[in-house]
Amino acid sequence: MKIDVLIIGGGPAGLKSASLLESLGYKILLIEKESTVGGHIKYWDRLFPDSTQAKEIVGNLIKDVSQSAILTDTSVESIAKQQDGIYNTKLSSGATVLSSTILLTTGFSLFPAEKKEEYGYGIYDGVITNALLESFFKKEGKITIDNPSKIGFVHCVGSRDEKAGNKQCSKVCCVTAVKQAIELKEIFPKAEIYCFYMDLRMFGRGYEDIYLKAQAEYGIRFIRGRVSEVEGSVNGKVIVKAEDTLSSKPIKITLDLLVLMCGMIANKSNDKLMESLSIKMGDDGFIHLENPITDIGKTNIQGIFAAGSILGPKTLPDVIGESSTVAFAIDKYLKNINN
Amino acid sequence: MEFGFQLYKEQKIDLDIVQNSIFKEISHSQPDILKCIGCGCCTATCTGSKFTPTEFRKAILLLERGLNDKAYDLLKGCMLCGKCSLVCPRGINTRDIILRFKKLYNQN
Repeated sequence: MKIDVLIIGGGPAGLKSASLLESLGYKILLIEKESTVGGHIKYWDRLFPDSTQAKEIVGNLIKDVSQSAILTDTSVESIAKQQDGIYNTKLSSGATVLSSTILLTTGFSLFPAEKKEEYGYGIYDGVITNALLESFFKKEGKITIDNPSKIGFVHCVGSRDEKAGNKQCSKVCCVTAVKQAIELKEIFPKAEIYCFYMDLRMFGRGYEDIYLKAQAEYGIRFIRGRVSEVEGSVNGKVIVKAEDTLSSKPIKITLDLLVLMCGMIANKSNDKLMESLSIKMGDDGFIHLENPITDIGKTNIQGIFAAGSILGPKTLPDVIGESSTVAFAIDKYLKNINN
Repeated sequence: MEFGFQLYKEQKIDLDIVQNSIFKEISHSQPDILKCIGCGCCTATCTGSKFTPTEFRKAILLLERGLNDKAYDLLKGCMLCGKCSLVCPRGINTRDIILRFKKLYNQN
């Protein structure tokens, strides 16, 4: 099969650039290793800051791409560049794809919470992750939350943590924690909710508004101090220890439920592929861009582009904007080589 | 005999046993108190803080942690000039909170 663009990864970045490249008249193929496209947000219930239904967004993204161009349950076995500059890709299905360009949109991984053993995920039942909480909001039945009276959120789990190997800020967890705290408060109005934070980075439009709403309307309390350790109590609750840095005193609280805000980390499962293509990676594990300001999405290898959170943690609107930019960069590149 | 050291009860904050009824009562009638982001503008601009240990930011934080006496100490020097309410980025009615607190504190 000979096509113009092979898109690897069917998350928001892959879907958005696929639809734009198709409307520009290019023949594309989008492959996704999971059985459905949509990426991480298909596991999310509602999105910040306006509580948009995630499935609506995924639906809109999918409907703009022709179904014949999407291959699910498919991954890449190997990619080789031919003499004529065409990329020869072997798929897990055994098929071979020839493409003029490749667009990498394989996204990020969620930080594995069990790595921060001191937070007790996988040890105490009362400790869950942000992803599990979303599955609770989606009523998938993975966990049950039984009328908790005290709930805590730990910000920056695996983010801004050199010891955990991730220096970067994951950008979206601050506002996600505020969103999830409000949603929990709506389900359990009598619960007291505490957020343990280092900084609150409410950078986007409308984010500060929901932070203010969480404080003033929902009475969610924010304690500045990174949780140092979590231990189990005799009655099945968890005891959280931190420093209340604004009063310079150690603080302790017993909670029924503790939610860990796992950050975005580089998706290591593609490292071999990147190495075989000689794509330059940053120290943080995300793809390095030669010129990240004006040439967004252009990797160090001609004809290979990248978009979305494979280039670092970002919000959904950022991903959509970036994917559109990269689609036009690919358009320009293809026009150049075709002339 | 005085050995020059003692154990402080308030060394640690235990939110499980905190008695912050005054804070709760104020937050009910003046929810502004919940909006503090701990920036410290109030303390920095306070005319009283030059000569007395007056710190609005810390006072309402301690109030929330149930340390009413310490909070009161930090507001003793307040002359209600209102400069803190002018600089507060969240628009918190600081004077109203101080007055409500002093009233409740003296009642208890």
